[in-house]
Amino acid sequence: MSVTRVAAASAMSPQAGQAEAAHVQLTGVTKVFAGVQGSDGVHALGPIDLELRRGEFFAVVGPSGCGKSTLLEVIAGLTQASAGDVAFEGRAIAGHVPDGIGVVFQEDACFPWLNITENIAFGLHKAGLPAAEVHARVEQALTMMGLTGFAHHYPAQLSGGMRQRVCIARTLVTRPRLILLDEPFGALDQQTRLIMGEELLRLWRETRATVFLITHALDEAAMLADRIGVMSARPGRLLDIVETRWPRERDSRIVEDPAFGAITARLWRSLREESLKAIGKA
Amino acid sequence: MNFIPFYQRWRGTILLILALVIGWQLLYAAIGEVAMRSPLETLHDSFVLLAKPSFWPHVQETLAAFAMALVIAVVSGLVIGLALGFNRLANEVMEPMLVAFYALPKVTLYPIILLSFGLGISAKVAFGAIHGVVPIALFTINAVRNIKPILIKTGRVMNFSAWDMSRRVLIPAALPEIFSGIRVGFALTLIGTLLGEMFASQRGLGYMLMTAIGLHNVETIMAVTFMLIVFAAAISSILLAIDRRLHKRA
Amino acid sequence: MRFFGKAALLRIAVVLALIALLELLCRTGVIDNFTMPPPSRIAQDFWHLLIAGKHFAAILKTLGNAAIAFGLAIVVGIIAGAVIHGFAGLREALEPLFATYYAVPVFAFYPLLIVLFGLGEIPQIIIAFMLGVIAVIMNTLNGLDRVPRVLLKTARVNRLTPSETALRITLPYATPYVLTGAKLAIAYALIGIIGSEFIMSKGGMGFEIAFAYTNFDNATMYPLILLILVASIAANSVLGYWERTLLGRRGQQ
Repeated sequence: MSVTRVAAASAMSPQAGQAEAAHVQLTGVTKVFAGVQGSDGVHALGPIDLELRRGEFFAVVGPSGCGKSTLLEVIAGLTQASAGDVAFEGRAIAGHVPDGIGVVFQEDACFPWLNITENIAFGLHKAGLPAAEVHARVEQALTMMGLTGFAHHYPAQLSGGMRQRVCIARTLVTRPRLILLDEPFGALDQQTRLIMGEELLRLWRETRATVFLITHALDEAAMLADRIGVMSARPGRLLDIVETRWPRERDSRIVEDPAFGAITARLWRSLREESLKAIGKA
Repeated sequence: MNFIPFYQRWRGTILLILALVIGWQLLYAAIGEVAMRSPLETLHDSFVLLAKPSFWPHVQETLAAFAMALVIAVVSGLVIGLALGFNRLANEVMEPMLVAFYALPKVTLYPIILLSFGLGISAKVAFGAIHGVVPIALFTINAVRNIKPILIKTGRVMNFSAWDMSRRVLIPAALPEIFSGIRVGFALTLIGTLLGEMFASQRGLGYMLMTAIGLHNVETIMAVTFMLIVFAAAISSILLAIDRRLHKRA
Repeated sequence: MRFFGKAALLRIAVVLALIALLELLCRTGVIDNFTMPPPSRIAQDFWHLLIAGKHFAAILKTLGNAAIAFGLAIVVGIIAGAVIHGFAGLREALEPLFATYYAVPVFAFYPLLIVLFGLGEIPQIIIAFMLGVIAVIMNTLNGLDRVPRVLLKTARVNRLTPSETALRITLPYATPYVLTGAKLAIAYALIGIIGSEFIMSKGGMGFEIAFAYTNFDNATMYPLILLILVASIAANSVLGYWERTLLGRRGQQ
């Protein structure tokens, strides 16, 4: 039975214990990268079964090389799964990026020849919105991300953290319902990361989007997420899903909560062995 | 890419060369004896030429001029490149002028060179050298300036002497890019030397070519051009292979 | 390049010093007038040349043909570069040929082209085109290579079609690198046309220069050479300025 029908069926008749249909559903998702002539393929990911609830903040942690980024790209539709099904809002994703998804990458994705305003407005080009609406949204995004003074600057004039904010702003103006972030703060120092984490939480609350964050920083995952998926070493599979049960209104000071230490410890317990495995393999 | 065997790596290029040769044959079939010779005929004419004793003095002349021009180009290029590479201010001042000189159609300067050096071999050498020196200098400047500062820091932490630093850090780090410059310089020096011979010389392969053009001696035109291409392509390919190897390591 | 920065001023000083040196050497007879007149004299002759307009037709012919060859090299080069970039196998096969291309004496094909296309403008333009197009292709390939994958991924996330991606992302990103190729193409176009005119032509600046040379007419020869150098530097500077502006915005040199 196709995933589409399963998802649609559960949307029409909610079962007990299943409040609403999953926003994103992965079933048996596997990714094998074809080998260059003469060598075998690389089994990078899976099989993975995962459901993302609408409006939740889900983080993924795992050792390097475990396929976290591949998982994100499969959900986004940037990469096609070798096996298994991916569904977003009940519709299958296969090889193309559906409407309503935004992605923030780890690398600097600002267009160097456009200024900040043009960068942010980039995604609205196709939407066919009236100029006034585009302007309004860009202004709102600039304010939200604290970039108001820099509207006509070029990315090269901004710091790494600010450029990443521009990329987030660019994603926001398209009003995505699902926001995927692949180690967005990887290139930043710890203090900036913590502040950016708070910003992300604020955005998450204001936009009510579902957020899927990949990070290698356990404390970041523990602080930000409602649920955290722990992945094994390659080929990445989901070893554990940790529920944090944090209140929706939270910021970085959640680290004072005693539960924070317990969550981080639990993550590391699962991860330590996998990380050793990953290094051993490498 | 180390595990791709030699054949597979060069298969595409070999096929392309074959396609070119076939194209040549077809062109010849279309145009005929008046302006071309077939590949086989040209190959035959080349061997005939190689057997002729009167051919070799021309080859010597060209090779001598080319060799001298190349040596001058490489040495001058390296000296200029190293000097400008290590001195920030000098580089800022001179590099744009070098770049501007690179972009000049140096063929225009040829009459000036003839007037300065006379009609002998020195004019050819000069012409060849000015073609090759600039890319070598520019690449060398780039090579030196792109040596990662962290590598130099590492050497200093290990208390390297100036000699050690040069031998174990600077030269290996800069070598790939410098070699690329020499490779480009090789091709341009050859072209420069040949052009010099074509325009005003009494000896050499370029001169042979010009005479053949004047006498409409199609066999000679094709045979000499063919041999020049084979020579240039062969050495260029070797240099390219070395270049690739150096860059892969880097 | 700041026009009033320290380096720029030094550069101007160096150039002026060189010209002054030349002037001195020429006037004192170290460089005899037969070989080269003093720069002041060349400047005078240059001015006379422009006013008299005697060589205007030749100048127009040469620069016009070079412009045509340049235009062709750019258009064909960019398209070919884009196509080759799309086929990895083709590109790998071509790379060794590109690398050895400039060692080939392209001028040797001139007689063949004359037989094919007659004694008119076409053989020269083809030679100039052949010299320039490879530089454009190689630099276009380089520019296309440098487009960061994350930008292409961003294009897909924004659901851009391939042509939209090419137009809105690839093209703007690669433009400075294509300009590098364009600068080379200018030089090669001029070399091709003028070199061909040297070898065998009834007109154009190359012919006039060769004619002046054989007739010991320095008053004509040097100004003409200067004119070509000036035209070449001017065209180069315009493209270079454009290239630097684009790269400067990106914080690159």
